[in-house]
Amino acid sequence: MATKRDLNINVHHMTRVEGHGNIVVDVKNGELKKAELEIVESPRFFESFLRGRPWDEAPYITSRICGICAVGHAQASINALEDALGVVPSEQTIKLRKLLFNAETMQSHWLHVFFLAAPDFFGAGSALELVGDKPEVVKMALRLKKLANDLGDMIAGRKVHPIAMKVNGFSILPSPQQLRDMRERLVAAREDMATTVDLLKTIEIPDFARETEYVALALDDEYAWISGDIRTTDGFHYDVHDYLKVTNERAVAHSTAKHCAHNRDSYMVGALARYNVNHEHLRPEAAEVAAALGLSPICTNPFMNSVAQVVEGVHCLEDSIDLIDQFLRDGLEEEPRDVSFRPGVGVGAAEVPRGILFHEYEIDDTGHITRANCIIPTGQNLANIELDLRALVPQVMDRDKEEITLLLEMLVRAYDPCISCSTHLLNVEFVD
Amino acid sequence: MKPKVGFFSFTSCEGCQLQVLNMEEQLLDIAGAIDLVTFREAMDPIDSDYDIAFVEGSISRESEITVLREMRRKADVVVALGACAASGCVNAIKNRFDSEENLREVYGDAARYYDTIDARPIDQVVNVDFYLRTCPITREEFARLFTSLLLARRPYDPNFAVCVECRMEENVCVYDMDAGEFCMGPVTRAGCGALCPTYGSSCIGCRGFMDQANFDSMVQVMQDHGMAREDAVNRLKMFNAALPEAEEVK
Repeated sequence: MATKRDLNINVHHMTRVEGHGNIVVDVKNGELKKAELEIVESPRFFESFLRGRPWDEAPYITSRICGICAVGHAQASINALEDALGVVPSEQTIKLRKLLFNAETMQSHWLHVFFLAAPDFFGAGSALELVGDKPEVVKMALRLKKLANDLGDMIAGRKVHPIAMKVNGFSILPSPQQLRDMRERLVAAREDMATTVDLLKTIEIPDFARETEYVALALDDEYAWISGDIRTTDGFHYDVHDYLKVTNERAVAHSTAKHCAHNRDSYMVGALARYNVNHEHLRPEAAEVAAALGLSPICTNPFMNSVAQVVEGVHCLEDSIDLIDQFLRDGLEEEPRDVSFRPGVGVGAAEVPRGILFHEYEIDDTGHITRANCIIPTGQNLANIELDLRALVPQVMDRDKEEITLLLEMLVRAYDPCISCSTHLLNVEFVD
Repeated sequence: MKPKVGFFSFTSCEGCQLQVLNMEEQLLDIAGAIDLVTFREAMDPIDSDYDIAFVEGSISRESEITVLREMRRKADVVVALGACAASGCVNAIKNRFDSEENLREVYGDAARYYDTIDARPIDQVVNVDFYLRTCPITREEFARLFTSLLLARRPYDPNFAVCVECRMEENVCVYDMDAGEFCMGPVTRAGCGALCPTYGSSCIGCRGFMDQANFDSMVQVMQDHGMAREDAVNRLKMFNAALPEAEEVK
């Protein structure tokens, strides 16, 4: 009977994701006609209105693409500008940026794992509904999130739309006292991390797998966040300047949204992709957690993205303690941030919480931007999400509609989509 | 009875909703003092009726106008939640290009699928009762306004320059340091505690203009410190291109 079924699912403005999107699934006579994630966010035209702006405004403006990964956009923007201007930042600046990225990654991952994804696993509509049932968990989640935010504020002045991040350095430096206080809190958070891992062991991650290509920034000797080249689990390797060879944005027949594809029909970016590409460089504490939670390379279950986020959270916590120890040992010094201007083209990439992000600018000889391109992680994941939806629906067709809808929402949410960033995603007119 | 409160979002980065979620220490108290009915970024909706609407985002599509008017009709109090809603923020930079050109530049052949109009603050569409102006809102300004609403007191909304707060923070003036920064504190409405100058940067004007701002003098100061006139004018409009006062900045 199930094979002849009609099923029409339309989740309008799905909740607990960043930005506005709809899931539309149409099954006629047991045949899947349509499975799409439609992007209904207003277009914002950043790439168009960056034209004519002086180059130094780009990080201020582009961080406003996204509230959650504002630091990531600012960093990709700064990387692109430093590439264009031939600026080589100091070792201290690079370490501070890594510490700041740890803060952003933890903040974003905790928000997603505890507040956006977890309610599904506990059958609640929001984390607030869990307060009555599991007050300690909610308080712990808030504590971890606050710690990540405070770490970000300490370095960038403010994590949502950073103030102190500049081309060639930072406009403020944390004091030794701030570093010591922060170190103490990070060390104390190890206990909360252990609790989180134990909690995750009690959750049943949906059983689903689909082979695909995973793409991430990579370095030979460490887990890459703010530099490196592009590597994929299909064995490809590119300099970031060749990012367009990976993203290959194209229009597709079944959807009006542009999709990205490289060696297959789609690829995935984000925590799971980073884990699949870079797992050898995880800190030992994080590798242990991965093993304890059943995450092993190459993992092809997208629902495991939330688990990969927890693994990365442990990695970032340990890495932050290490970096702060280095700052306390070596001291932080004010460094000159002089930049000598030259016209040119620059490409910047960064592993923001949801995956690899690219910014490219062309700057003319008057110092104004003449062309800009931003390719964001959710845009790159869109084709992969839809292919997952198409693979998952037939496998669960015999369940009731409510259950299927929840599962599809959970699948999309597992990607932690950030729809506000949709500078390259197309709006869809659709008929019910 | 607890007021029913909804959070809504139009064209924005959703960073202001996120700043509310970032009030970790007060979040449970805030949620306890109200009847939270909708907050799409963090919860499934409970109710479609509300007394207070916190509205994030600019209006940049025809379809958003209809939805915003409906919100105004339902809510007793409408609050602009952050710079996108209060002043138009960076969304309005696009207004200097025509829509056709913006569409072509970003979406190429697919441009026909889009509905876009000049980005504008929400008070150019409906009456707004109160404003949270910073990009993104500060946790302090949210707490201040939220408390005032619960106590039925008139909220604090200063109408003087960021420079006043900057002095109170005992910062050395960015222009006295001549560090290559171009601060817009002298024309920008205070209320953020001069955050950016305090963190070694300069005011980028995100809170909109104070009344009777002297734009000519501001542009002159920026020129005196080495910025081209056209860039100075554009810098003043970076967050404020949709404000009526922006016409005076030439």
